[in-house]
Amino acid sequence: MENEAGALSRVAGLFSARGYNIESLSVAPTEDPTLSRMTLVTIGSDEVVEQVTKQLNKLIEVVKIIDLNDGNHIERELMLVKIRAVGPDREEIKRLAEIFRGSIIDVTDKSYTIELTGTSSKLDAFLEAIERSAVLETVRTGASGIGRGEWILKV
Amino acid sequence: MSVELTGAEITIRCLQEEGVQCIFGYPGGAVLFIYDELFKQDKVRHILVRHEQAAVHAADGYARSSNKVGVALVTSGPGVTNAVTGIATAYMDSIPMVVISGQVPTSAIGLDAFQEVDTVGITRPCVKHNFLVKDVSELALTIKKAFYIASTGRPGPVLVDIPKDVSQQKTKFEYPDKISMRSYNPVTKGHTRQIKKAAELILSAKRPVVYAGGGVILSDAAPQLTELTQMLNFPCTNTLMGLGGYPATDKQSLGMLGMHGTYEANMAMQYCDVLIAVGARFDDRVIGNPKHFFNENRKIIHIDIDPSSISKRVKVDVPIVGDVLDVLKELIKLLKAEKEKPDQTALKEWWKQIELWRERDCLKFDRSSKIIKPQMVIEKLFNVTKGDAFITSDVGQHQMWAAQFYKFDKPRRWINSGGLGTMGFGMPAAMGVQLANPKGKVACITGEASIQMCIQELSTCKQYKLPLKIINLNNRYMGMVRQWQEFFHGNRYAESYMNALPDFVKLAESYGHVGMKIEKPEDVEDALKEAFKLKDQLVFMDFITDQTENVFPMVPGGKGLSEMILV
Repeated sequence: MENEAGALSRVAGLFSARGYNIESLSVAPTEDPTLSRMTLVTIGSDEVVEQVTKQLNKLIEVVKIIDLNDGNHIERELMLVKIRAVGPDREEIKRLAEIFRGSIIDVTDKSYTIELTGTSSKLDAFLEAIERSAVLETVRTGASGIGRGEWILKV
Repeated sequence: MSVELTGAEITIRCLQEEGVQCIFGYPGGAVLFIYDELFKQDKVRHILVRHEQAAVHAADGYARSSNKVGVALVTSGPGVTNAVTGIATAYMDSIPMVVISGQVPTSAIGLDAFQEVDTVGITRPCVKHNFLVKDVSELALTIKKAFYIASTGRPGPVLVDIPKDVSQQKTKFEYPDKISMRSYNPVTKGHTRQIKKAAELILSAKRPVVYAGGGVILSDAAPQLTELTQMLNFPCTNTLMGLGGYPATDKQSLGMLGMHGTYEANMAMQYCDVLIAVGARFDDRVIGNPKHFFNENRKIIHIDIDPSSISKRVKVDVPIVGDVLDVLKELIKLLKAEKEKPDQTALKEWWKQIELWRERDCLKFDRSSKIIKPQMVIEKLFNVTKGDAFITSDVGQHQMWAAQFYKFDKPRRWINSGGLGTMGFGMPAAMGVQLANPKGKVACITGEASIQMCIQELSTCKQYKLPLKIINLNNRYMGMVRQWQEFFHGNRYAESYMNALPDFVKLAESYGHVGMKIEKPEDVEDALKEAFKLKDQLVFMDFITDQTENVFPMVPGGKGLSEMILV
């Protein structure tokens, strides 16, 4: 979509006005600074998704829409998670982060902050692997998606 | 070296470049520089209304009756919030319109300044698009875009919010001839293969119906719709927004369909085998309960310029996205080249069935009543004006009777708030219609409840000498509310009685207009004749009508089209 003030609120407003759900949303400018790319995750029947697509297309600032489910695609989320890490847990958490290919980006004597990317379910799995009470804080972006191989969203 | 102009000058120059002759508005702090520039020129005429809602309705009536973009100019804060009802009305009916609003200076935005509201935020859900102009260098291009977006594709209102400091700043003025936007490219031509499929389906039809909506009016396709319908000898029904798209006095017309549509139109919709939907959107007031609608099998062709209108409420078999005018032209061309004709015997049988439904005479009413029947007033109005008037209406029973009993043969003659159902629309819209059609006969059919929602505009009509004929069907009730309370709420008439009514005759006279009160059926015709003889005067006709009259047929909410309550 056009990288213009207010474009995001048009999308968000459309969803609330028509009663559609936004599961997650991530947006940032692209290599062309006049354009932003948004990945929006929604759940609905084929009919609802068709209407969502058509209604989004009507927004003047929306340049192009693709439904990533129409083909093979890759989805990634970013999570930063702060975990209590004292005593023997420190080693265990470090190992777990390695298994999930996360990296520790901040360390104190009581905690680790781990950066993790992956699909939504991978991030969930990581959190499940850690004892609940040890998780001090999490922050996640919405999913970003891109088509596989030669499938390119071109304007 | 070209001279630099202020934002205010640029605004007016843009309107001139767009060929705007008439705008409707109300001044205020944030638009004073723009008004100053209006004052210095005479190409764009400004009509001063008495409330911003009326400015937008008037611009709307102007647009609907002329196919030009309507323009309204309002100030920030309450100027805008008052205009919102009008903007939402235009949005629901897809009316091309540009609203220019003043805004507090950019340095004050977000500081809760005097007369500040988040105009772009408030209007976002009820405009086709809106802009906040933060830099004067973008102003001309933004206004160009506004007119382009408003008038192309599925039309709609576009708002341009101009902060006061932007209207003061100077820049070079250049108005682009053409514009292209990478993110906005409305389709016009329909898909050839789809049109071909539609033609094949039409030729296979045994019980066809043409169902035509407001899209036919908006794309000026009434002649093509009429040609197609007549060359095929198909029956045609029009929606509330589509009246006039096919001549109502023609024998192939089934009249209006929907909640208060005719028996024959609704039955034909329910039992047809091929439905040709043209610029219509299958809304809840038209097909009733969609599940019931699909109890019968039929194939549906749907022509609409807005892809999101297609398969929104009903699944269709042959969707055609495109401008109704273009698609109909193509379809006519294809069908003319075709040697085959639809099965004439089957069509004859179908017409026979339709005649049987017609015999039900669903619009009958008591013609010997000693109290004025509202239907009779509309019938007489139709006769007296020879069907040639521009008719605006407010919202309620009178609106439905107007739609049922005034037989519109031409497009852009019936101006009403179909989608939003805005009471108070009628008189200000009629002002716009009269200004767009100075020689036209313009009547506003209203009720004593609706008319009071914008009654202050009698003053505007006086100032600009607008000779409207106001047909007030006065039954001392919010009639449609009363009807629903009678049918569905055990005759408990909660707050629907209009108490403490003014003396409308005196009220009209106090504004320098002519007032008439008509209480007997035998006086109706003469009164109407007399009123239309007063060519230069607004005449407010207060018809005291039957309080208990209801609108029939009626498809109750949640019911199917063939489950009408009949008189």
